[in-house]
Parts: sequence; C-alpha cells; structure tokens
Amino acid sequence: MSHRSDSRRGLGQRAPAHVFAALGDETRLLLVRKLCGGKPRSISQLTAGSRLTRQAITKHLRVLESARIVRCVRAGRESLFQFNPQPVEELRAYLDFVSEQWDQALARLKSFVES
Amino acid sequence: MENRIEKRIELKAPISRVWRALTDHREFGEWFRVKLEGAFVPGQVSRGHITHPGYEHVKWEAVVQKMEPERLFSFTWHPYSVDPKIDYSKETPTLVEFRLEETPGGTLLVLSESGFDKIPSHRRDEAYRMNEGGWSEQMKNIERYVTPKR
Repeated sequence: MSHRSDSRRGLGQRAPAHVFAALGDETRLLLVRKLCGGKPRSISQLTAGSRLTRQAITKHLRVLESARIVRCVRAGRESLFQFNPQPVEELRAYLDFVSEQWDQALARLKSFVES
Repeated sequence: MENRIEKRIELKAPISRVWRALTDHREFGEWFRVKLEGAFVPGQVSRGHITHPGYEHVKWEAVVQKMEPERLFSFTWHPYSVDPKIDYSKETPTLVEFRLEETPGGTLLVLSESGFDKIPSHRRDEAYRMNEGGWSEQMKNIERYVTPKR
C-alpha cells in the first residue's frame, strides 16, 4: 500500500515524542513564538535580545529543524529560519480525533447506564 | 502541548451500575461497540472485534491493568488501530484509565488516556486522514442510526 511507504518516510524524526521534546524547552518555545508569525528570520535576528550565544541559538534551531517545526531557507549567503506549522497541527489533529471518539463513547455509556 | 486526554462526565446512575457497565465485558461491549471474547482480568489480554457496521474486520485488543472495584479500571491499548495490514503490537500502547467517584447525583467518571508522545507519526497521519475523510462524521451517522428513539 502506497501510504505505508509514505508512512515510513521520516519515521522517528516526525514522531510525536520528537515534536513534544522539541517544544519542551523554554528557549525553543521562545524561538517558535518569534517565528510563528510567519516571517523568516536570520540567526542574528533570533539571537538579538537573548542572553544566549549565536552558537547556542543555532543548536536549538537545529533541534526544531529536525522535528520539522522550523525549516531553514537560504537567502543569498544567509540562513533564514521559517516556522512550519504542520507537525504541531498533525499532533493536535490526532489528539482531537481520539478525543472526539471518547466523547462519543462516553455519550453512549451515559445513555446506557442512565436508561 | 498536552500529551493526554481527560474527560469528566456526570452519570445519573449509582457507582455500582457504572462499575458494571465498565468492567462486565458484555456491558462494556454494548456501549463501546465491541464484541469481546471473555471477561476482563487484570494482567491479561482482552480480545474481540469492533461491532460498528463496516468496521467488523477491526480487531480490538487491550491489556487489562487495574480493576479496583468501584474506583479504578484501566487498560493499555493501541488506539484506533484500524488498518489490518499494520502490526500495532510493536508500538508503545497508550494507557486508558476510568476513575469513579460517588456524587450526590450519581457517579463522576473521569476518563484519561495518556502516552501519546510514544505514538509513531504514521498513526497520526492515518487518524488525520480518517478524520479528513469524514470518518468521524460517518461514526455520527451510524450512531444516529443505531441509537434507539426514546
């Protein structure tokens, strides 16, 4: 089945554990907050105002990049980082889906025990 | 981001009634829509199949964890493992817990499911596609169809 090969692509990299872990850090959350407006930013822009070094910020950006939460785009000689909402949206959609199934099951349980 | 689901629901039924609906495998099957092969026993695998029309090929499998009478019923499982071609047993299961509390009006049921951070990404994609494809809408239609008019 075609979707199985699709599924295998990037497995691990995109696992929720990876997304959760990538977001489970204050510096990285702050970087995501700076980027989620949609405008790509350079490492210098992202380092400005931070107590962290450019190297440390770069390392955090690479963690976000490996979880596909940000992607790196080249603009001339500069690397710009851009927010990619897809992994977070997928995770949210999955939890919403499971949550909705439980709502329906519990509604059936309610009418079952109350009748 | 939250890594667990929690639901609280007030049931106008005595705690003993709710406990039976949760832990008697036939009663559980009635509302959960699954036909189970045998009783729930802590530490043992519970097997069966989904009884939703059109989903009868889907197997149901869970490992019963705790049964503390009228307090806690829990099992681990692989949520919505609907593709018969995928071996879900290699995946880390999620933990489902039903906690009961007596209230003046009946019973408070707190359901939680946790451990979603361990679910592989293709499962999310799958659920996402099912959702996009109107799978949950289909479930609602089925529900309207089978719910007796009162």
